[in-house]
Amino acid sequence: MKYVDEYRDQKLAETLAAEIRRTVTRPWAIMEVCGGQTHSIVKYGIDYLLPKEVELVHGPGCPVCVTPLEMIDRAHAIARQPGVIFCSFGDMLRVPGSTSDLFQVKASGADVRIVYSPLDCLKIAAANPSKKVVFFAIGFETTAPANAMAVWQAKAQGIRNFSVLVSHVLVPPAITGILESPDNRVQAFLGPGHVCAVMGYREYEPIAPRYRTPIVITGFEPLDLLEGTLIAVRQLEQGRAEVENQYARAVDADGNTDAQNMIHRVFEVCDRAWRGIGIIRRSGYRLKDEFRDYDAEQIFELGPIHAPEPAICISGQVLTGLKKPHDCPAFGKECTPQNPLGATMVSAEGACAAYYNYGRHLVALPSAMGKA
Amino acid sequence: MSLSFTLSCPVPVNQHKSIVLGHGSGGRLTAQLVRELFLPAFDNPALRKLDDQAVLNVAPGRIAMTTDSYVVTPLFFPGGDIGRLAVNGTVNDLAMSGARPLYLTAAFIIEEGLLLGDLERVVHSMAQAAADAGVAIVTGDTKVVNRGCADKLFITTAGVGLVPDGISISASNAQPGDAVIVSGPIGDHGITIWSTREHIDFTGSLQSDTAPLHALVEAMIAAGDVHVLRDPTRGGLGTSLCEIASSSSVGVELEANAVPVREEVKAACEILGMDPLFVANEGRLVAMVAESSADAVLQAMRGMPEGRDACRIGRIVAGHAGMVLVNTEVGGSRILDVPFAEQLPRIC
Amino acid sequence: MCLAIPGKIVEIQEKSCMRMGRIDYGGITREACLEYIPDPRIGEYVMVHVGFAISKVDAEEAARTYQYLAEMNQLEEIAAPEPPPETAP
Repeated sequence: MKYVDEYRDQKLAETLAAEIRRTVTRPWAIMEVCGGQTHSIVKYGIDYLLPKEVELVHGPGCPVCVTPLEMIDRAHAIARQPGVIFCSFGDMLRVPGSTSDLFQVKASGADVRIVYSPLDCLKIAAANPSKKVVFFAIGFETTAPANAMAVWQAKAQGIRNFSVLVSHVLVPPAITGILESPDNRVQAFLGPGHVCAVMGYREYEPIAPRYRTPIVITGFEPLDLLEGTLIAVRQLEQGRAEVENQYARAVDADGNTDAQNMIHRVFEVCDRAWRGIGIIRRSGYRLKDEFRDYDAEQIFELGPIHAPEPAICISGQVLTGLKKPHDCPAFGKECTPQNPLGATMVSAEGACAAYYNYGRHLVALPSAMGKA
Repeated sequence: MSLSFTLSCPVPVNQHKSIVLGHGSGGRLTAQLVRELFLPAFDNPALRKLDDQAVLNVAPGRIAMTTDSYVVTPLFFPGGDIGRLAVNGTVNDLAMSGARPLYLTAAFIIEEGLLLGDLERVVHSMAQAAADAGVAIVTGDTKVVNRGCADKLFITTAGVGLVPDGISISASNAQPGDAVIVSGPIGDHGITIWSTREHIDFTGSLQSDTAPLHALVEAMIAAGDVHVLRDPTRGGLGTSLCEIASSSSVGVELEANAVPVREEVKAACEILGMDPLFVANEGRLVAMVAESSADAVLQAMRGMPEGRDACRIGRIVAGHAGMVLVNTEVGGSRILDVPFAEQLPRIC
Repeated sequence: MCLAIPGKIVEIQEKSCMRMGRIDYGGITREACLEYIPDPRIGEYVMVHVGFAISKVDAEEAARTYQYLAEMNQLEEIAAPEPPPETAP
């Protein structure tokens, strides 16, 4: 596959790893923001190519992990309503709410369907005029243009039996929130490549110097992640703190203005709760008032949903890099990928799941760390 | 005054376009279905007797037996159908012990309303698959359930085969030093089914790899020292490797770059965010073979149509017993874990 | 929100008042919405996320980055010490 295979070249990966080894002189903690980057790091074993001085801290960039429990419970409650066809990306199906996941909701008789594009929902709505089609619109800014288009098209085409349950989150406030924490130990970020393909990276330009933290906009293939890490390490070693764009083949500074325009036509910024972290101001999108007929939260009046997190779960502190999963008393015991207590253990790119596999690997093959 | 009658007796409908409950009642409709569809399609001496059981001559020795249920939807997909899948899947389960497959049973649970034409298509496909594999379907059963109580058609099979003397092939027989070999590219079946069922509008040559593998297995055993055979169906190659590592208490080292995946399957997996290692196959096997005979076994495999793309993908080691370690495409390392449930597509 | 795959535009058409394209990912093709690509051309590569093209792949930038990595690799090979001569067993 063009523009994919070249970025998985082993010789070039070794070259980049060697250059990182040559450049680094002291320990650095670098956070990759995006869940897809975490997935890639785990899948390709990128940690094992890096010198021990470079620690990759897995960040909160996985909407599966940060969608608040209250919102998951709301989704399940809507799915259980008679006459509803509940549509979701595959990622959300196994995320546990307070009492169940969407698979169990489906097993109890609800019509729950996986979709691959928000536009699929419009087709389902047109084919099922007597049903209410609800789409679980999660994601970062990358997915917002697609979700916005679905709502825009629904209104333009007069589709009345479609609505969205919105739980969009934004990256820059999350990064700022992490940097504001007194216990923050993240020293550089690998910025979210596809979020920036949509939004550009202008918003990050004031953040880097203000917090003296390099932000390297990075792609998702192994060579992207290694090159992004190298650029971050160089900045750290040289005492610089700038935004640099490693992912120039897909990202430019201003991003996709057509996509941004559509986002702003349909959504407005709002406060958003992040699972395990709490409310971060102006860190989410909600539908604008003129689209309230498409807002599932308003259509399905379920009242307040109180969803306390399991007291033992510290996923919020893990997501922001403040604590390591090993600090959690349940990690690896009551809470494992097979029996997750929190969202960060559910998905393969959740920080806790990633650390869990890394830890088992160290036990299985301690010499693996000798590679770097 | 005389009245003229035109008698019109409401006799039961004799010709059906779709399956009705009566076809599973055991009465005349059932007998008609057996007589007009199953018997001519599967024809063999045991079946012709239409007894409650098939009485078969089996040479003395060890018998391999297996059972499986087939519930795939859609019933028909590029490269095959539920019937072909049922025959090949049963044959392959037997073949993975080194057994020569001999006889199959076929029990049908049919949802009321299934088009008779669809059932005929499935049955004829089974008959062809059985002929291709050299096995006989010697006994069967038919039940019909109310609409909504089954998803069109379920097929349950049992299979019986003979294991030649001296053969001992089992998931617990892998030994450190063994070569790990796969018979061909992985992921074709699962991606084809997923994209067909979900109406994902891929165009390209995606199709199921369903095929009988017993002839391939026979050639492999004749060529060298085969310790383990597994056909990686649901759960994919990755799950099979994890299970074998656990059963044999050995470590598996897998070379990611060596695992064959067709370009179309790779592209589909990239788009869906799925890992080909955990996508189902229906016409592939993975083998652990003594290193000393690995080259000979590979050569034998490549001489057969089902094994022409056979290749080494890794090795068995004594360390990290029970674990599969992947040497990744870029020289990194990761542990392969069995997914909790079926792999799902992702956007994240 | 992270999974976006590069593919080549092989067809462009209007459907339900949206500009749609057929995208070739190397052996298989699939439809994607091109509304966010202002001037799509057949043969160009785009990054596709949840059925929407969100940016074009800048072929020159891709080539430049790759060239830089390849040169770094060559320098690495020149700089690497010679392996020690094999000793007889």
